[in-house]
Amino acid sequence: MLRIACPWCGDREELEFSYGGQAHIAYPRDPHALTHAEWAEFLFMRDNPKGLFLERWVHTHGCRRWFNVARHTVTHEISAVYKPGESPPAGVK
Amino acid sequence: MSNPSRLAEGGRIDRAAPLDFAFNGKRMQGFAGDTLASALLANDVHLVARSFKYHRPRGMLTAGNEEPNALVQLEKGPYTEPNLRTTEIELYAGLEANSVNCFPSVEFDLRAINGLASSILVAGFYNKTFMWPKAFWKKFYEPAIRAAAGLGVAPDAPDPDLYDRMHWHCDVLIVGAGPAGLSAALEVARAGLRTVVVDEAPELGGSLLQRPADIHGESGPAWAAGAAAELDGLSNVLVLRRTSIFGYYDHNYLMAVERRTDHLGPGKNAGIARKRLWHFRAKRVVLATGAHERPIVFGNNDLPGIMLANAACTYATQYAVALGKNGAAFVNNDHGFALALDTHAAAKNLPTIIDVRSEIDPALAKRAADIGVRVLRGSVVTTAHGTKRVSSIDVRPVRGSGMVRIECDHVLVSGGVSPTVHLYSQATGSLRYDEPLACFLPEACRQAVEVAGALNGRFLLESALADGAVAGAKTLSALGRPATSPRAPGGDDLNLQPLWSVQALLGLTLPGKHFIDYQNDVTEPDIRLAVREGFRSVEHTKRYTTTGMATDQGKTSNVIGLAILADALDKPIPEVGTTTFRPPFTPVTFGAIAGRDRGTLSDPVRTTPMHSWHVARGAMFEDVGQWKRPWYFPKAGEDLHAAVAREAKALRTTAGVMDATTLGKIDIQGADAAEFLNRVYTNAWTKLAVGSCRYGLMCKPDGMLMDDGVTARLAEDRFLMTTTTGNAARVLDWLEEWLQTEWPELKVYCTTVTEQWATTAVVGPNARRILRLLAPDMDFSNTAFPFMTFREGRVAGLQARVFRISFNGELSYEINVPSWHGLALWKAVIAAGEPHGLTPYGTETMHVARAEKGYIIIGQETDGTVTPQDLGLDWAVSKQKEFIGKRSFSRSDTSRPGRKQLVGLLPADKTFVAAEGSHLVADASRAKFDPDRGSPSIGHITSSYYSPNLETAFALALVTNGCGLHGQTIQCVHGTGPKPMTVVDPVFFDKEGKRRDGID
Repeated sequence: MLRIACPWCGDREELEFSYGGQAHIAYPRDPHALTHAEWAEFLFMRDNPKGLFLERWVHTHGCRRWFNVARHTVTHEISAVYKPGESPPAGVK
Repeated sequence: MSNPSRLAEGGRIDRAAPLDFAFNGKRMQGFAGDTLASALLANDVHLVARSFKYHRPRGMLTAGNEEPNALVQLEKGPYTEPNLRTTEIELYAGLEANSVNCFPSVEFDLRAINGLASSILVAGFYNKTFMWPKAFWKKFYEPAIRAAAGLGVAPDAPDPDLYDRMHWHCDVLIVGAGPAGLSAALEVARAGLRTVVVDEAPELGGSLLQRPADIHGESGPAWAAGAAAELDGLSNVLVLRRTSIFGYYDHNYLMAVERRTDHLGPGKNAGIARKRLWHFRAKRVVLATGAHERPIVFGNNDLPGIMLANAACTYATQYAVALGKNGAAFVNNDHGFALALDTHAAAKNLPTIIDVRSEIDPALAKRAADIGVRVLRGSVVTTAHGTKRVSSIDVRPVRGSGMVRIECDHVLVSGGVSPTVHLYSQATGSLRYDEPLACFLPEACRQAVEVAGALNGRFLLESALADGAVAGAKTLSALGRPATSPRAPGGDDLNLQPLWSVQALLGLTLPGKHFIDYQNDVTEPDIRLAVREGFRSVEHTKRYTTTGMATDQGKTSNVIGLAILADALDKPIPEVGTTTFRPPFTPVTFGAIAGRDRGTLSDPVRTTPMHSWHVARGAMFEDVGQWKRPWYFPKAGEDLHAAVAREAKALRTTAGVMDATTLGKIDIQGADAAEFLNRVYTNAWTKLAVGSCRYGLMCKPDGMLMDDGVTARLAEDRFLMTTTTGNAARVLDWLEEWLQTEWPELKVYCTTVTEQWATTAVVGPNARRILRLLAPDMDFSNTAFPFMTFREGRVAGLQARVFRISFNGELSYEINVPSWHGLALWKAVIAAGEPHGLTPYGTETMHVARAEKGYIIIGQETDGTVTPQDLGLDWAVSKQKEFIGKRSFSRSDTSRPGRKQLVGLLPADKTFVAAEGSHLVADASRAKFDPDRGSPSIGHITSSYYSPNLETAFALALVTNGCGLHGQTIQCVHGTGPKPMTVVDPVFFDKEGKRRDGID
C-alpha cells in the first residue's frame, strides 16, 4: 500500500484515496471540432508506461480534492505531487 | 505420567509446571515451555500426520515456522482450527489436538493405498487422469479426490473470539529477535528512536535459545534475557512477542499478526482480543529473519524420525528432548556437523555422522572424536527403511562400493542453509546466488531496509551479532543520527559441498520415494518428469508439480526443487532463478483479517428516521447500497406476491405512502450553478424557473447514461439535485471532479444533504385530499401547484418542502422535512391518510409501478453501454447546448441503426414472470442453449414483474432494433423451454398520462 502526500493534508495511507487515471488529458475545448478518430483517442486511449507516469488521485476520504502524482509504475516511487492546473516540477523522473 | 524421551536435565521448560494434553484422544503430559511438537516427541510420538497425496506416515521435520509435515487440527467446536503446525503451538493445560488427512486413524490409514497407486499420481496427475468418462469427474472423481486429499476441516460455528487491528508508525521496525536482530535493536533503541521489535516466539533470542552459546562468558539465553529486559525498559521501544510479520509491501508498509492468547487455550481470554493484526509504516526496516535448514533428497527421506539437524538440536537444547536412543546424522556442511555434535552433547544419542565430504575441518573432526562420535567421510545415505518410523539407513561411499545398513531410530539431516529471504523478496529486493554457501542471499532493495545475521549469510554467532550492530549503525546514519562504525564481519564459510539429491550425485536410481516437497508430496522424479514433458520455467514447473504451493509455501523445498530443476535442465542454479515470494509468509486466520468488522459491523448500515416505524409495522427490508429500505409491508399471512398485489393496487385506486429518504440529495449553490447543470445534464437548465423541477439525465463523455434524477431550482443560484439511491456518492464525486479539474473557473459549491432531509411520498388518486388535511394553509390545486413544481409551507405543523413529482404516473407529492421531524411527519401522514385508504408500500411495489409506466432505473435498464436514445429518452437530450457526452452521440457506433432499444414485453402466458437477465432470441427453434450452434441473443430482459393492475406479467427489455419489432413475438430463453413474448411499447399503463394530475 502506497503512502501518498496529499498537497493539502500531507502524508496519508493509499486507502484514503481514489485513482483517477492519466493526468493532463484535458477535455477538448470543442469536442465537435474533432474527427471521430480524434474523439475516440480522447475517450479511450491512455498511456500505460513502464516507468514514470503522471496520474490523477483524489483524497476521497479526506479533503475530497483532486491532485496529480508522478509515480514510477514499477517501483511505485512517488517523485512529485502537485496541484491541478500545475505542471510537473522540473526534473521529475 | 512420564516423558520417556525427556532428558534428565536442561532445557527451557518449567519442570515444576506439568501440563496435561490429549493427542488423537490419548492423554499425555508435557511442561510449560513446550511446544506441542516437543511435548509429543518427549512422549516418543513421532508419527503425527499423514501426507497430502500418498497418505504416508509423517512426523516433525523441523522445530519452527517452516514445518511441512506435522499439521494438526487443534481443539473442537467453534474453537477448532485446521492445519496448525505442532512446532508453533505452545502447550497449555487441556490442549486437544488431532491428526488431519487420515482415515480412520493416523496409525492405520486406509488411503495409504494411494502410495501403491503413485504411478498415476505423478506431476500434473489432475490434468492427465480422471479425464474419462467425462461425466465421472463431477460425480465420482472430484468428490473422492477432495475427500482424500483435503487437510483439516474448517469450524462450522461462528468464531467466539475477538480480534483487533492496530496501526503503528515507527522510525525503525526490527523483524526477528535472534542474535542479529537483538544486536541491531539495541543499537537503534539506545539512540532514542521510535523502535518496534517483532519476534514470533514467546521469548526473545531466536537461535540463542536453541543451541549452546557463549557471549563474553554469558550463556545465550542469559544474554538474550538481558537484551530483552533493556528493550522492554525503554519507553521508545515496543516489543511484540508471539508476532509474525507476514507481508512486506510498498513504501515500508508491513503487516503482522500477534497471537495474544493462543498460549492460554480456548475460552481463557475473556476481555482480551485473541489476535491483533498490526499495520506498520516504518521509516527504516531491519530484517533479521534468520535461515531455514534444508533437507537432502534420498530414498524415503520423509519417514518419521528423520529431522533437520537444527531442529534436533533445538529439541535437545531448548526443550530437553531426545529424538531417540540411537541416531545418525547426514550432513554436507560444517554448520550441520556442529549441530549434530551439539545435539549429541546434550542427548548422548548420536553415535554416527555420515558426511558427503571427504575433507572435514580438523577442529570439528577432533570434537567428534573427543565425544566418541564416528564419522563416515565421503559417504551418503541412499535409502531409509521403516514403516511408521525410521529403523535403519543404507549408507555407501560416494566413490567405490560397499553398502552398509545402519540401525537407527532417528536421522539428522543438514543439506545447507537457505536464508529466510521471503520478506526481503516481497519488498522487491533482488537475490543473488552465492556459490560457496549454495544459497540465495539478499542483493539490493529500493525500500529503506537493512538485512542482518543469517539472512545476510552470517550464520555463526559472532558474525551474526556483529552484523546486527552494523545494520543498526547503518539505520541510524540513514535517519541522520550519529552512529558508531562497528567492524563488519567477514563472510562465513560453511565448507559446504552442494548435495541436493543422492540419486543425482551417484547417477543411480535408488529405492524408495525421494521427496522434495513434503507437504504437497512432490518427489524428485516429478520434477524430472515435468522437464521431460517440456516445462522449462521455474514458475511453470512449480505450478505443474505443485512444488512449494502448500500451506508452508515450500520453505524447506523451494531451493532444492529449483536446484534439481537446474540439474535436469543442465543449467546453473542462478539462471533458473527463484519463484516469486508472495505474502503471507505464514498463514493468517480470517478472524484476524476481519478484526472487529464482523456481523453488523462488517458494513455500515444506514437507516432512515422512519426506520423504527417500518420495523414495528413488520416490513421486510431490502439492502440498497448500505441503506435498509422497506421492500414490502406484509399483512398477516401475506407473502411478497400477495403484499405487492395489495400495495400496487392501493397506489392506483386509493393512495400509497413510501419512504423516499434514501434518494441522494445534493445542494448545489453558486453564481454559475445553472451553467454547471447545463454542462453535466443532457437537457437545458438555465431557463428553469425558481420553484420548478426538471428531470435530468447525466452521461459520461462516451455518451452512456450514468445517472438520472429530478433537480429543483430553489433560488437563482441554488439547486437541489436528487440522484439514484446507490449512486449518490458517485454523482457527488463526479460533480467535484469536473468542477475541480476541468472547470475551476465556475463558482459552484456542492454539498451532500441526503442525511439532512426525510422524504415521504404520498401517491395516488387520494393524495391531494390527504395533503389538504395535513396542510390546510397550502393550495394544492392543479393550477396553483402544478406538476414538476415545489412549494414550501407547513405540513402537519412542520416546516416542509413539497415536490409534485411522480415516479409512478399517479398524482404524487414528496414531502421533505428536516430529518429530525421525519418520523413525526410520517406518523401524521399515516394518521391522516389511513381513513382514505393510504397504504404503506415498499421498493418492490415502487418497481412494479414505475415499470408499468416504462420508467427506467439506472443500473437496471442501463449497464454502461446504453445511451439516452436507446431508452427513448431523446426528449431529455438537448439539440442546442453542449454537455458531457454530446459529441459521442454522433459516433458511428452510438448513431447506427439496430442498436438495442428499450421495449415492453407481454408474455403469452400471463403468469410467466421471466427471470431478469434472461436472453431473448428471435427464433423459437434456437431458444435452447446450444453451444455447438451458438445462441444468437437479440437482447435481454432488464425488469420483470407481475402487475396486479394489468393482471398480467410484463417486462422491460433491451432488444436489438426493438422499436421496429412492436407487435412481433420473440422468445424468452427459459429453463423449461422458450416462452413466447410480444414486443410492445414500454409504457403499459395510462399511456395518455391522465392520472398524473388527479382530480382537483
